[in-house]
Amino acid sequence: MSNEKLPLSRRNALKCMAYGGAGTLFALSGGVFTPIDLAMARAYDESKPLGTPLFVQISDTHIGFNKEANPDVGGTLGQTIDIVNGMPQQPALIIHTGDITHLSKPAEFDLAQQLLSRLRVTELHTVPGEHDTTDATVTEYFNRFGNASDNRGYYSFDHAGVHFLALVNVLQFKPGGLGTLGPDQLAWVAADLKGRSPSTPIVVFAHMPLWTIYEPWGWGTGDADQLLGLLRRFGSVTVLNGHIHQIVQKVEGNVTFHTARSTAYPQPVAGEGPGPGPLKVAAGVLPKMLGVTSVNLVKHPRSLMLNDTALA
Amino acid sequence: MNLKNHRTLLALIGLAALGCAAAASMSAGAAEEPKVLIKDFLFTPLSLTVKAGTAVTWVNMDDEPHNVISDTGLFRSGGFDTNESFSHKFDKPGTYRITCSIHPRMVATIVVE
Repeated sequence: MSNEKLPLSRRNALKCMAYGGAGTLFALSGGVFTPIDLAMARAYDESKPLGTPLFVQISDTHIGFNKEANPDVGGTLGQTIDIVNGMPQQPALIIHTGDITHLSKPAEFDLAQQLLSRLRVTELHTVPGEHDTTDATVTEYFNRFGNASDNRGYYSFDHAGVHFLALVNVLQFKPGGLGTLGPDQLAWVAADLKGRSPSTPIVVFAHMPLWTIYEPWGWGTGDADQLLGLLRRFGSVTVLNGHIHQIVQKVEGNVTFHTARSTAYPQPVAGEGPGPGPLKVAAGVLPKMLGVTSVNLVKHPRSLMLNDTALA
Repeated sequence: MNLKNHRTLLALIGLAALGCAAAASMSAGAAEEPKVLIKDFLFTPLSLTVKAGTAVTWVNMDDEPHNVISDTGLFRSGGFDTNESFSHKFDKPGTYRITCSIHPRMVATIVVE
């Protein structure tokens, strides 16, 4: 019952819901997850949100998808890019948490790269989704994005004192199971984190959720507990995923988990309907269910703040 | 949308016809290519028995792409979208576990005699 420990009061939760359309703000401060009083946040100039923009998370662009749920995924990605390019202070980098393409086709990757090149921010970090690795030889993603990781898929980097871990949990599926990190990757993470100060803010990103949201639909990672064991000594850990095309978040100790919206199409909430396929909604509703997550770095107290923005 | 429903209907008719053909082939000995339907994130049938040397075809009827992978690494299809299909010929007798790597909870068995 870890939820009961959350300092998320009903009043604040309702406030967050009331402002849901404009984005919901959560701050991670000293390992404690605190919803920012949005009325107070609003008192600030809205063009100057709390903290400095650190990065924007784009997810599940599914370039190549053309079904009824969204016949124009290039257009909605374009709207997303307009939102990011319109941020008064540009973030340092962009993270794409996978399912860049729908079917791993070369033409889909080419179009995705062409569209993403319109971002004013040029530093792009990616991890593959399972839709990016469905080609029979699993080479299209790595031909384009493999350099950062020597073609392993997972890698790390630092920016503004924050340590980023880019992980892959879509390559070692077991039948009937969840996503898998695998012993090689976990050993690499252990070595990568060794000697790092517990006060270093850590951002972990991977395509599939690194906690079990809904096992019957494979919304989780089977060996994520071993990863979390390695992260537990750090005071501020932010775990960002995609895959489920909707926002779900929770806090466990010092770890904040958050999944981003897709820019392409929504999916049903866990367990509603036969499976996690595209959810058809009215045209006017669709932009409200698509969007990006921006993450600000707040220096005093040192924390990361997540802000979800819908296309409409 | 009409077109899609139309295609779905045609595919269903096709499968119904195939069922008849498969039944007929029992006596006639004409080997009709068996199909596995992928719909609502399920393989139907969940278990299919064929003779060695038979090609099995998987047909995707979901709005979501699927692929077909043998858990022993014998074969791996690319992702295939709505109304697309993939075939694999099974030469050796045995029990083959099949999954979709995009949705790994989807599992099925092909028994080759």
